[in-house]
Amino acid sequence: MSRNGNILRQIDWFTIVLWLMLALFGWMNIYGATYTYEQTTMFDFGNRAGKQFVWILTALVAGGIILLIDSRTYDILAYIIYAFWLLVLLVTPLVARDTKGSLSWINLGPVSLQPAEFAKCFTALALAKWMSRYEFKVRDLRDFIVPFLLMAVPMFIIMVLQKETGSALVFAAFLLMFYREGMTGYILLIGAAAVAFFILVIRLGVVPLPLGTGSWGIVVCMLIILIIEVFFLLFLFNDRSQGGPMIRWSALGIAATAVLTFGIALIVNIWIPVPFEWVTTSLVAASTIYLGFLALRWRHKEILFIMLFSLGSMAYCYSCDYAFEHILQDHQRSRIEVLLGLKDDPAGVGYNVNQSKIAIGSGRFLGKGFHQGTQTKLQFVPEQATDFIFCTVGEEWGFLGCSMVLITYLIFILRLIYLAERQRERFCRIYGYSVAAIFLLHLTINIGMVLGLLPVIGIPLPLFSYGGSQLWGFTILLFIFLKMDASRFNQSDNN
Amino acid sequence: MINDRYYKRRFVITAIAIAVVVVYIIRLFVLQVVDSSTIDKAESNAVVRQTVYPPRGLIYDRNGELLVFNQPIYDVTMIMREQSDGFDTLGFCQVMQLTEEQYKERVTEMRKTRGYSYYTPQVFLSQLRKEDIAVLQESLYRFPGIGIRKRTLRDYRYATAAQVLGSVGEVSQKDLDRDNYYAPGDYAGRDGIEKTYETVLRGEKGVTCLMRDAHGRIQGSYKDGELDRDAKAGEDLTLTLDIRLQLLAEELLQGKIGSAVAIEPETGEILALASNPTWNPSLLVGRQRSKNYQELAADPTRPLYNRATQAQYPPGSTFKTLQTLVCMQDGPLKSTTLYPCSGPGSTPIKCTHHHGSPVTLGGALEQSCNPYFWYAFRDFLEQDSHPYDNGNQNFRRRFEQWREDVMRFGIGQRFADSDLSEQSPGSIPSTKFYDRYYGKTGWKALTIRSLSIGQGEVLLTPLQLCNMAATIANNGWYITPHLNKTDSMLTHRHETGIDERYFHIVKDGMARVMTNGTGRWYALDSIASGGKTGTAQAGKGRKDHAIFIGIAPIDNPKIAVAVIVENAGFGATWAAPVASLMMEQYLTGGIRRKELKTHISSSVLNTDVKKR
Repeated sequence: MSRNGNILRQIDWFTIVLWLMLALFGWMNIYGATYTYEQTTMFDFGNRAGKQFVWILTALVAGGIILLIDSRTYDILAYIIYAFWLLVLLVTPLVARDTKGSLSWINLGPVSLQPAEFAKCFTALALAKWMSRYEFKVRDLRDFIVPFLLMAVPMFIIMVLQKETGSALVFAAFLLMFYREGMTGYILLIGAAAVAFFILVIRLGVVPLPLGTGSWGIVVCMLIILIIEVFFLLFLFNDRSQGGPMIRWSALGIAATAVLTFGIALIVNIWIPVPFEWVTTSLVAASTIYLGFLALRWRHKEILFIMLFSLGSMAYCYSCDYAFEHILQDHQRSRIEVLLGLKDDPAGVGYNVNQSKIAIGSGRFLGKGFHQGTQTKLQFVPEQATDFIFCTVGEEWGFLGCSMVLITYLIFILRLIYLAERQRERFCRIYGYSVAAIFLLHLTINIGMVLGLLPVIGIPLPLFSYGGSQLWGFTILLFIFLKMDASRFNQSDNN
Repeated sequence: MINDRYYKRRFVITAIAIAVVVVYIIRLFVLQVVDSSTIDKAESNAVVRQTVYPPRGLIYDRNGELLVFNQPIYDVTMIMREQSDGFDTLGFCQVMQLTEEQYKERVTEMRKTRGYSYYTPQVFLSQLRKEDIAVLQESLYRFPGIGIRKRTLRDYRYATAAQVLGSVGEVSQKDLDRDNYYAPGDYAGRDGIEKTYETVLRGEKGVTCLMRDAHGRIQGSYKDGELDRDAKAGEDLTLTLDIRLQLLAEELLQGKIGSAVAIEPETGEILALASNPTWNPSLLVGRQRSKNYQELAADPTRPLYNRATQAQYPPGSTFKTLQTLVCMQDGPLKSTTLYPCSGPGSTPIKCTHHHGSPVTLGGALEQSCNPYFWYAFRDFLEQDSHPYDNGNQNFRRRFEQWREDVMRFGIGQRFADSDLSEQSPGSIPSTKFYDRYYGKTGWKALTIRSLSIGQGEVLLTPLQLCNMAATIANNGWYITPHLNKTDSMLTHRHETGIDERYFHIVKDGMARVMTNGTGRWYALDSIASGGKTGTAQAGKGRKDHAIFIGIAPIDNPKIAVAVIVENAGFGATWAAPVASLMMEQYLTGGIRRKELKTHISSSVLNTDVKKR
């Protein structure tokens, strides 16, 4: 079957239109963010909006060139490019100039480039190549040792040698792709739970309980553990699995016991303050024992896992609480508190987030209109053209504009997942999922930071923020995949 | 499409992506729709409201002469954050003619002031004259962060009427609490006319909304000036004062402690209100204000005290005019009534003059006969049969009646509807007052005999004294004395309820004073005037106060005058010439008795009084 035909007809134009929309709207907002009273034109190449326009045009040209290159090239050259780029990453800190403590920028005459932005793309290619080998089979976690190393080496270089924590963190996106390719989901679950529990225990630890006594953070975490147990038992075992119906009834039993106990505790609380922390902890402890019994009875590894997960989470939550209160030094504690927004720090990290929230909030529903934002224009938000570009959207385009941007990103990411799934070669699918995951993690961390939900980790909003490196990096990342997708009918079926 | 056993995991990944976006949209909804606190925060970040000060209203005299106007002054402001690197401190000091120590000292001082900010303009030096900032103005470009702010201060055409005009000073905490128009550092009228008409004169402050960036730099107007408000200039004020008359009064009072008041009887307009010692009003303006104020406050002759409206004196014999009216209206006194006088040998009150006996009312007024008015007062209080029966019932009733009649002349209380901000009430003693000393039945006409001749417990301010004269001039009514010419007070007419006939008798007596009596040396050449001298006891061991009231022309009075010269002795010698010259000035527009004027104005009766 050969449907080589015209490349233009094979390309997924939908994705390209979304790419263009995001890049152009980003450019408009960069103009809005850097616009001052002296500077009036969008095309003055001495300013950021003008430069970004040049970046968009050149990125478009680069994308076009990529579409003309045979998609097989990437498969063939994957390791070589990866190795070469590791070298570039290693050399970068030696020739870089110090930019706010980071050693990730290389000066190339009129422009500076950040090799880390391109490393994602080449790591994705190397991973795709390794994991699409015929010999690569997912049996257990050991099969992921090499992919994990492929991911971790650039991550290490960027984090330790280049001192760019944010860019390094983004490599964790590959875990999502690993999951799609068969890595156990428990890793994701444990990872997400560890982050969530830590934030909840510390952040809610200072909020007084509306009723009863105990730590609000612990109560919420214990309830989450119970909910995870119930959902796990309900949905992982169907009628055909061994003891399936029985296990599902057990799940309802745990849920009913928890609801009943909680109800009684609430009623008792009318007369005596109930230590809810201990009530919920006891519930989790009891359910853990019960899960242990179920695991022995039905000899399910999954039930054993969820039992160990519950036990571990319980211990983890209490040790987080303890560690935070008793082990950490004052300055470490205060750094975490600022990151989590527990402490006002108008001069430091808290300042950015605070100003960012003010700028976004003051946009209200419809926004102040293009170029009407006072906060962004008057530079109250630091890094407003780069990492905090979403503030400008928030202030000038309001809730409506923000929602539209987020929904555009969502459609964009879902489209990438759809494209990845329609590939016929594992190489292309793995690469496609890498692209989708990287976009998703960038979006999550950047917007989460701007909205004050996540700690301040300086990474750009893909395609949107000011900066040639990120725009080029993401464009190359995306267009390689689009080229693969366009040539998918030349792919040989494998999986 | 390739199928594998992990195919379903695409839905988990899809769900994660959707969940992230949904959570973020909810968060956005909370920030941008639910929580509205960010609007104010954003505005306070970006908008600086700069006050635009309106020029204060000008003050004119009754003939349109400009008395008080504004002079521009300049504050030099400094934004500290722009001082840090490369600021040419030496050059700046040179331009401002400061030493570096002074500069450093001033900067330290600024840091300590309330409301100090590193980012916004702070006042470095205030109230400089145009000459002081001229050099700076030209070299302003050399000093980033330095600004010049224009404000206005009062300036005075004549060094006169300081107590009447009052002064403008920085608002107090009390003003700030009372009126939210004011902001710390604003100026407001502290006393006199400036205080009474503060809301008229001050105008309305304007505001300019400017945008400032994160570094505190001004970036232009906010919303194209949509929220700006122009300052509204204060309204001008025309006073009832005649500045020539005022100047003359103050000149004549030089070297003496005392006061002179002139009123146009028909309108209640105050033509002159002089109090000496006084000061040049320009002293209480600008940077010298607090120093000069302290000096004036420490002066033992108390120049800040407006004697014309705040000092209280026994009216002495001038009160006999009022006694005549009351005793005729509500008592047995007739113009033909005769009472004996034994001169200085009279009891219980001796007479200070030598004249024939017995005398009629006209003669008594002319000669200021003390015994005559004692008898008249006694017969008024004891006119009912058995005045002292039933706990002095009838006597007390008559006394109350007397008090009411007297007080209808606007004495013994403040002019509540007047625009004079500093007034004393004076005093007409009540039955309660005497009861406290003597018990309810312990006092009789004889006890309070000194009231009959305006001594003792009766106290009037010079303004009240003058108003009494104006009431006589009007034959029985007065208009509240006031200073604002624009604001006609004709509806504020107060009636005394005393028959017009009796006023003719009193005026007749007053005219005789000027022709044959105690005022005869100071009669006007061509205009028939009326007057009454008085001498008020100043207390043991001190010379009496000289008092004079006068009206002219007697047939249709255009001016009523009251003059008091403290510790000057007999009324006719010092008070009468001052009043006489003032009447001449006002009625003829000039002074023909030049030697008299020079003699009076150059005579120093009190060596403590500073010459201006």
